[in-house]
Amino acid sequence: MKKVSNITEVIKLLDENGIRSDGRRLDEMRKIKIEVGVLKNADGSAYIEMGNNKIIVGVYGPKEVRPKHLAIPYKSLIRCRYEMMPFSVSDRKSPSPSRREIELSKAIREALEPAIFTEEFPRTMIEIFIEVLEADGGTRTASINAASVALADAGIPLRDLVTAIAIGKIDGKLALDINGIEDQYGDGDMPIAMMPQLGYVTLFQADGIFTSEEIEKAFEMAKKAIWNIYEIQKKALKSKYLQIVKEVDINE
Amino acid sequence: MIAEGKYKIEGAYYAIGKKYYSRVLGLTEVDNERVKVIPLKGKYIPRENDLVIGKIIDVGMTNWSVDINSPYTGVLQVTEVFSKPTSISRSSLSNILNVGDVILAKVIAFDFTRDPLLTIKEAKLGKVSKGTVVEITPSKVPRVIGKKGSMVNMIREVLKVNIIVGKNGRILVIGSKPEYEALAVMVIKKIEKEAHTTGLTDRIKSYISKLVNEEGE
Amino acid sequence: MSDKYQVISILKKDAILQLLKKNERIDGRGLEDFREIEIFTNIYNKAEGSARVHLGDTKVVAGVKASIGIPFPDTPNVGVQVVNAELIPLASPLFEAGPPGEEDIELSRVVDRGIRSSEMIDNKKLALIPGKKVWMIFIDIYPLDYHGNLMDAFGLAAVSALLTGNLYETEINEDDIILKENKIPIPINHVPIFVTIGKIQNKLIVDPTFEEEMVLDAKITYTIDENNNICGIQKSGTAGFTIDELIMARDIAIEVAAKIRKYLPLKKG
Repeated sequence: MKKVSNITEVIKLLDENGIRSDGRRLDEMRKIKIEVGVLKNADGSAYIEMGNNKIIVGVYGPKEVRPKHLAIPYKSLIRCRYEMMPFSVSDRKSPSPSRREIELSKAIREALEPAIFTEEFPRTMIEIFIEVLEADGGTRTASINAASVALADAGIPLRDLVTAIAIGKIDGKLALDINGIEDQYGDGDMPIAMMPQLGYVTLFQADGIFTSEEIEKAFEMAKKAIWNIYEIQKKALKSKYLQIVKEVDINE
Repeated sequence: MIAEGKYKIEGAYYAIGKKYYSRVLGLTEVDNERVKVIPLKGKYIPRENDLVIGKIIDVGMTNWSVDINSPYTGVLQVTEVFSKPTSISRSSLSNILNVGDVILAKVIAFDFTRDPLLTIKEAKLGKVSKGTVVEITPSKVPRVIGKKGSMVNMIREVLKVNIIVGKNGRILVIGSKPEYEALAVMVIKKIEKEAHTTGLTDRIKSYISKLVNEEGE
Repeated sequence: MSDKYQVISILKKDAILQLLKKNERIDGRGLEDFREIEIFTNIYNKAEGSARVHLGDTKVVAGVKASIGIPFPDTPNVGVQVVNAELIPLASPLFEAGPPGEEDIELSRVVDRGIRSSEMIDNKKLALIPGKKVWMIFIDIYPLDYHGNLMDAFGLAAVSALLTGNLYETEINEDDIILKENKIPIPINHVPIFVTIGKIQNKLIVDPTFEEEMVLDAKITYTIDENNNICGIQKSGTAGFTIDELIMARDIAIEVAAKIRKYLPLKKG
């Protein structure tokens, strides 16, 4: 990414034809690629590319809680660590956890936990490790998309997958799936995560200014995109096993 | 969502009203109005009377801690080792079973509030002194066993090995010949990998005879 | 607060749930009523601005300190705003000493975003020598007595301290800044109000108490400016909301924000 400081004035997020700086329309999502089972040690894992974002997620558990006194008698303890690698952004990020990372770890955990049947594994813990390798706006939503797939890959019982997308505001208009520049110079960012089948919103945040009507419109835009991503998540999960079926067919 | 309406659903599902949703990454078998959801992966959750293969990880004052390939650590009390009351010191406890020893045990009690209790007092249970232990994902244990034990019996017969399948995804293979023991391990790993494919039993059968032929050459 | 579940008895939990079914609450409030609000401002003289807020039994303080510093390279022409909150053990046996945890950080970041997104502080006026010297505004918020809904109390305290805060008047002498004796109000554009709505089963409640928080499924905080725009949203808690619930909560928040606004101290100047 180019160094963009001191040239705020010249950045144009939307041209006269309603096309964004990366060539997308306002309601257009970036390309998504999800791979499942990319790590051998983890019980479940996934790798996602969402635009230029590259994120890897590993899930361990349910496993014994360490230290033991943290165990919850009636449900599994969910731990989540969202971390950006120092080289994932244009100016090196300090390796120690930032306040942003700590908040996002909590927000992401609380986006995923509603989907997990935690009550079936008392006194255990499930650990979700999210490492951002390259960041370009919308890392929390991309992380959620990958993490819920990794949870399913670990065989952890889920009410539904959790699927997420961010709605931003650029030049006063709502824009789907904003990238880094749009996040930095736009007027707002509203990440939304849902359990699509059940219709529950499990992550909902915003900064910037939105009118009441824009919130309703944002939900409509998000819902549509979320169903698309949901299909990509399911396909990714299936393809891991279909690959083996194919191998078997070839050998016969 | 896997189904909506009047269905008989089995396995890993949950319902909201008349809508049925799968709760794991799994396969669905549909047979008329019967739907079964089979998980592809998952941790072992102990149940009473399960036969498990465990590894001693700690020796306490009056008990052993046993890794049973589960989020819950097994507990083996001294009273579940000897049929008669005995008084034993800690040092002698490790003489009986020490860290690293493998045991064949049965779960006698588990209710999530305390760690599962194991016993080795019954016949055929106890310390395992020979053979190889294979670890597979516990949700695939039924595939290794096969319908009414067909799969495991086939391996037993063809490779002349004894196979004890722990519910916790650990399988003990004891062969008369070490080569065959190794072959059986390969076969079990293949079953695990291809558990979700069709025609598994036949394919495994030909795989074994191929392996046996290669071994013979 | 990882061991929340041990704090409240099942009997109390049942009582809360039973009452809610009849749209009643244990302290007699209606579902959309907030607790009594008291705001005291300019109470600590060393601070540029200060406020103590009582929201029912919940008591919090906020202080504003200002100093002259260097702007961030990517925003050379505006002042710097820093919000910090720490859940100190004084305020509750559930809070532990030590570095700020997830909850402390979430609270301060939601307050920070609300103030920033609403453009409450007229940041451009804080640039003294653009690119070189700007006012840095530090807002520190602490609980004194925790009885639920720190979020809204923290927001109200931060906003009240800013509204009534003062900065030294400055004179620029080439690259030097001379602080004069006279003080002027902190430049304010807009005023955000934080409204947190809890969800218990299918009920939405405004300003949850500590006991209610212990049985909440999830929470949503809307930050509302004086034009009824939404300038901040934060969902927290281990359950989800339906979209209808979120829209309903938004409408409740707009109504409640207008009522809370009446308690605000008068803007200086």
